[in-house]
Amino acid sequence: MSSPVETLVNREYKYGFVTDIEADVAPMGLSEDIIRLISAKKREPAFMLEWRLKAYRGWLKMSEPHWANVTYPPIDYQALRYYSAPKTDKPLGSLDEVDPKLRETYEKLGIPLSEQKILAGVAVDAIFDSVSVGTSYKKKLAEQGIVFCSFGEAVQEHPELVEKYLGSVVPPSDNFFAALNAAVFSDGSFVYVPKGVKCPMELSTYFRINTADTGQFERTLIVADEGASVSYLEGCTAPKRDSNQLHAAVVELVALEGAAIKYSTVQNWYAGDEEGRGGIYNFVTKRGKALRKAKISWTQVETGSAITWKYPSVILQGDDSVGEFYSVAVVNGRQQADTGTKMLHIGRNTRSTIVSKGISAGRGNNSYRGLVKVLPKAEGARNYTQCDSMLIGNRCGAHTFPYIDVQNPTASVEHEASTSKIGEDQIFYCKQRGLNTENAISMIVNGFCKEVFQELPMEFAVEAQKLLGVSLEGSVG
Amino acid sequence: MLDVIGLRASAGDKEILRGISLTVNKGEVHAIMGPNGSGKSTLAQVLAGHPAYEVTGGQVLFEGRDLLDLEPEERAQAGVFLAFQYPVEIPGVTNAYFLRAAYNSLRKAKGLDEVDPMDFLDILEQKLKVVEWGPEIMSRAVNAGFSGGEKKRNEILQLAVLEPKLAILDETDSGLDIDALRIVAGGVNRLRSPERSFILVTHYQRLLNYIVPDVVHVLVNGRIVKSGGKELAVELEARGYDWVEEEAGVA
Repeated sequence: MSSPVETLVNREYKYGFVTDIEADVAPMGLSEDIIRLISAKKREPAFMLEWRLKAYRGWLKMSEPHWANVTYPPIDYQALRYYSAPKTDKPLGSLDEVDPKLRETYEKLGIPLSEQKILAGVAVDAIFDSVSVGTSYKKKLAEQGIVFCSFGEAVQEHPELVEKYLGSVVPPSDNFFAALNAAVFSDGSFVYVPKGVKCPMELSTYFRINTADTGQFERTLIVADEGASVSYLEGCTAPKRDSNQLHAAVVELVALEGAAIKYSTVQNWYAGDEEGRGGIYNFVTKRGKALRKAKISWTQVETGSAITWKYPSVILQGDDSVGEFYSVAVVNGRQQADTGTKMLHIGRNTRSTIVSKGISAGRGNNSYRGLVKVLPKAEGARNYTQCDSMLIGNRCGAHTFPYIDVQNPTASVEHEASTSKIGEDQIFYCKQRGLNTENAISMIVNGFCKEVFQELPMEFAVEAQKLLGVSLEGSVG
Repeated sequence: MLDVIGLRASAGDKEILRGISLTVNKGEVHAIMGPNGSGKSTLAQVLAGHPAYEVTGGQVLFEGRDLLDLEPEERAQAGVFLAFQYPVEIPGVTNAYFLRAAYNSLRKAKGLDEVDPMDFLDILEQKLKVVEWGPEIMSRAVNAGFSGGEKKRNEILQLAVLEPKLAILDETDSGLDIDALRIVAGGVNRLRSPERSFILVTHYQRLLNYIVPDVVHVLVNGRIVKSGGKELAVELEARGYDWVEEEAGVA
């Protein structure tokens, strides 16, 4: 007799389509010439090329990290393409000039690019393979001095800001994937919010990988000047392909004195099929630096990717700075996730909160890995960590690797952890009250994730709940 | 309303129900009593469609429909309610949300419009009186951190809100102190109606002092070995189950 959860139907990954558009692609492989080519394509100033080459030379001396609790066949970095852009004849004057095929792609993804139709109150930057295809509401934001544009554009228009902050939180030497990204990153989003300005709308970037064998290496840099605040959301999807694709992004957040940055991610990259063929390798470095009284908050809902390796972190450098990490990570099928955060308490009275909800289903393997480090001068530092795992079915795994390093006797660090299993009894209970299995699982899982979802901006909390329901369909066995 | 004919069911290799027949008419209250391990709770679970049990024979008709052919949620939508012996906890989901989702799923099955949260609060306000509760219970997560008594009261609240045609109460009296028992039984009595039938599964006669049944059945070793009026329950309380078992030749 099959259990009610087993009988759920597997729904297709609905973002798995490919856009048939002519692309301007770089030859396969990685070399200084390729880097020069990328830099030239983007008409970058000399400092950028130098920065990239230096990162590349560093990368050559590094080796791929293998301490994460994930397994995958060796990646051939010479069998990847490091640049791909949809062909356009001329630079875009406005969003309405975006190639109709691209616009159609984003419509299909539920991200309308024309400004009239765009989700009210959310400015969107759309990244297709290696380049940004358009940023909405740019003018409106500019009135308050807010810069929200593609990284490529920022390099052209605001080179002084880019030069000042690029690599200031995640230097190219930080790790293997960060170095690779620094060498070859092609686009991404850039945000600058001036002193004292509260950004009046949610800023959002939508990432899409389209071309086969292409790595996506975007880089996002967000700077909130003194007393400024901004809320930013990224979403991601990719077509279904049998081969794995590499996504090695870097996100840097700089919150100057009294500033606040809220960064939310809804990641739904293609996860591969049930047997683990295909899917995105999501190897991402995300880190923020908070100066005095600044606050950085990461919220992530990770449901996609074959492998996720990411640890959005906060360097609590200034006194009284605050770091938060709220995470829901879901693995199903053969997905593997090793994700968590690092909170580095450097300043006095720094505070951090970590709430991690891991959901494992199918044959998925989910690990929480987190570091809370309190340095000797961080008087009165406080951390609270809550780390909950939920198992659905009998073939999945959940692991927790907390690292706690406290070097100041006045600090207080709390760690709570729990593991629970969605039982047949819980589902039967809901069914007996008239709910079907799908709604029952969705309700139970959403209840489990509630503390994280309530951190998401309203519009996206609803999306995230739906996404979670879809990701877990056909999950159990 | 409910016709159980020669029902047999197993859990794994073990046969637990070994041919049960039972007819419950509209508005009747039937008590199912019996020693531990006789199959009382299994009967309740099988009627509700718990996946841990396999029906190996017999038939169950509910208002003429083949109940065994329906998914658990379809049985609920048809008007069958089970008050659980061990209600599960659902952390993070409020009682109000859960109850409204259940209420609306039943309405939807009947082709009615869903009720919005504000209107639902009005409905709840009335229903809370059935179990003598204030509105604060609605913002707590379903059964999470509830005492044993609160969980049982919550089952009766759900019963009041969902208004089933047939309510099966699985050892609703177990683990209740005298005050909680009074409230729970009072709730059930308020919900009795000529349109609604009850099956009370219980080990002790105590509950039947509060909820007076029309028929009492004694279940021993997977079979109903004796049926009678409410006085049978009193006799069982006084004499225990041994004599019925002996009479039935199953001891």
